Amino acid sequence: MSNASLDAIAAKSDQPFPGAPNNWRRFFSFSTDHKVIGIQYMVTAFVFFLIGGLLAMVMRGELITPEADLVDRTVYNALFTMHGTIMLFMWTFPMLNGLSNYLVPLMIGARDMAFPRLNAAAFWLVPVFGTLLMVSFFIPGGPSQSGWWAYPPVSLQNPTGNLINGQVLWLLAVALSGVSSIMGAVNFVTTIFRMRAPGMGWFRMPAFCWTVLSAQMIQLFGLPSLTAGAVMLLLDLTAGTSFFDPAKGGDPVLYQHFFWFYSHPAVYVIILPIFGTFSEVFPVYARKPLFGYRFVVVSSLIITVLSAMVWVHHMFASGTPSWMRMLFMFSTMLISVPTGVKVFAWVATVWGGKLRLDTPMLFALGGLVCFLFAGITGVMLGAVPFDIHVNNTYFVVGHFHYVIYGATVMGIYAAIYHWFPKMTGHMYYEGLGKLHFVLTFIGVNLNFFPMHPLGLMGMPRRVASYDPEFAYWNVIASLGGFLLGVSTLPFILNIVSSWVLGKRAPANPWNAIGLEWLIPSPPPVENFEEIPIVVSGPYGYGSDESLVANNPAGELISEHS
Amino acid sequence: MSTANLDPTLNTHSAHAAEHEEEDHRMFGFIIFLLSESVIFLSFFVGYTVYKTNLTDWLPAGVEGLEVREPLINTIVLVSSSFVIYFAERFLRKDNLWGFRAFWLLTMAMGSFFLYGQAVEWMGLPFGFTDGVFGGTFYLLTGFHGLHVMTGVLLQGIMLGRSFLPNNYAGGEFGVAATSLFWHFVDVIWIILFILIYVWQ
Repeated sequence: MSNASLDAIAAKSDQPFPGAPNNWRRFFSFSTDHKVIGIQYMVTAFVFFLIGGLLAMVMRGELITPEADLVDRTVYNALFTMHGTIMLFMWTFPMLNGLSNYLVPLMIGARDMAFPRLNAAAFWLVPVFGTLLMVSFFIPGGPSQSGWWAYPPVSLQNPTGNLINGQVLWLLAVALSGVSSIMGAVNFVTTIFRMRAPGMGWFRMPAFCWTVLSAQMIQLFGLPSLTAGAVMLLLDLTAGTSFFDPAKGGDPVLYQHFFWFYSHPAVYVIILPIFGTFSEVFPVYARKPLFGYRFVVVSSLIITVLSAMVWVHHMFASGTPSWMRMLFMFSTMLISVPTGVKVFAWVATVWGGKLRLDTPMLFALGGLVCFLFAGITGVMLGAVPFDIHVNNTYFVVGHFHYVIYGATVMGIYAAIYHWFPKMTGHMYYEGLGKLHFVLTFIGVNLNFFPMHPLGLMGMPRRVASYDPEFAYWNVIASLGGFLLGVSTLPFILNIVSSWVLGKRAPANPWNAIGLEWLIPSPPPVENFEEIPIVVSGPYGYGSDESLVANNPAGELISEHS
Repeated sequence: MSTANLDPTLNTHSAHAAEHEEEDHRMFGFIIFLLSESVIFLSFFVGYTVYKTNLTDWLPAGVEGLEVREPLINTIVLVSSSFVIYFAERFLRKDNLWGFRAFWLLTMAMGSFFLYGQAVEWMGLPFGFTDGVFGGTFYLLTGFHGLHVMTGVLLQGIMLGRSFLPNNYAGGEFGVAATSLFWHFVDVIWIILFILIYVWQ
């Protein structure tokens, strides 16, 4: 395939047509194109990521000195509540939904999702509940202060006495987020089950689609439990029922069960597509097939099943009976097995490969290192005696930030860089990308590593002031936090400038194998000129086998030019 | 190569195909949604069971228990409506529109009777939804289920109205099948609910 023909294609896509990549207005319309919706999700989520990050930096500014001097204690409570809520419900979920939205139909050889209008409706709920949550900053009494768990009886306090208070808005936003996620999950599961291209059997499907399927099945069985708990909490707060109010005979621990039955599996909803990203990125940049493909994809499903059986490990210190603690300690240890299978498979994939250290590969490797570290502290936390010791300390905060920033956000960056040429039709600037990686990787470790010694020393989480003996590690963590804030600047600069001015991207800039790389960048509205007929499994690196029997790009890219 | 290939408006054939595909997937998607919806009820049921088995002062003061007779009549009506809606669907499949309409309307009447019976029961009860956890869970469960029954009757009304549009139900109708499935779902949920709340006292 000569470069001349690819240039010709690039020039062709400059022609204006409805929904054309250069028609930016479609991003502000009720578009039903999964690619437009995917980008809408991702950009919206990134805006909330910046807001949540600013809140985090104010918190780190407060914690740089032992005294509570920068913000009021109640403001600090609101900050960590909103930081957690925004980062989970408005950054990671929509971001990963956007990524999956863009990639799944391309990877399975479909022209769109199964229900395009439902897809658009699910997206447009995101700005609605995002705004609802932001409004709570401006109402009397300010946002919710009960943490992102909203445990009663703390969340049942209503000092202002208003019906519309921060906690009620929080509950409404979370409920709407749940509706949006269920709509998305129904769509993804139906799409993956019913719309795979001819020849794409289950074990010819890219690992990313397997992880999306596993993650969305968790949404389907987990989210209703949070919805049930949220409805009951809302009734307690507004209608005077007493489900969770111990003063009136209610049971606050039941809320914790409802909450964690969803919110622990939610961690897997977040991390599974990142596992998928790792499984896609490592083979491309190591030029080797994914090691143990079947084990990797089946372990995703095993994680889905096991994720429903581990939630009580968040409640070891909630008066949980000891037989239950033992049981859930065991199941928590068990879930590290399928996760470990994946880690070994990725290491074996990279091992001895012809490594190409482009930005996506750097982020994926960095994410893998952070995930390994988080996995080790996770197994430590799963052990009841250790957990009782460090429960509600910074050790826990350090652990899950390694998962959510170290592994998840770095994995998201890997995915964005890897598929950026496909999504926009432009190459990003490699130098800025590498700078972004270096700043992020240093920032993550500076910010989140100190939390582990702090936790072991006994510093509790969710406090605005602390004993001066903790100051040393806190200063380091705060500097890391500000560095993470700075690290987003080269990323934004890179994305914006290369989207507008970047070099034209060919159809397959990484020499990757996959249906999405057989069509032009950016893909045409209907994705495939001809629905591909898949004749071999994914990751055929180092073999001459063809992935498809036809040319799904039709005349857009001719096979023999 | 012509630019026409890039113009999706000219590619009517595949756009048409996509539209048809969507219809084929609707039932699959709807079943997945119902499975997910059932977990909300499951959560409520589990919560109810935990409360009932753990709380020492379960019934509010002055409340002996629940009357079973009228709810049992309600239950019989709702459960039999599941059979009636099945016959309505069979009539539709045999292209007997008036048979469909008659049985469909009967289902709606039975659903409305259930809602009416529920309302009468609520008004005669000596406790409200703020009377302890018992009052809260009772009204939460029956109310949330009642909302589903009401949704079902409304959907049935829409489907009945649509049956008067010419040729609307030629060649199978997703809306009728989905409404009917939803109705069976609401029915099964009620049977579990009835056993949990009324039978197990």
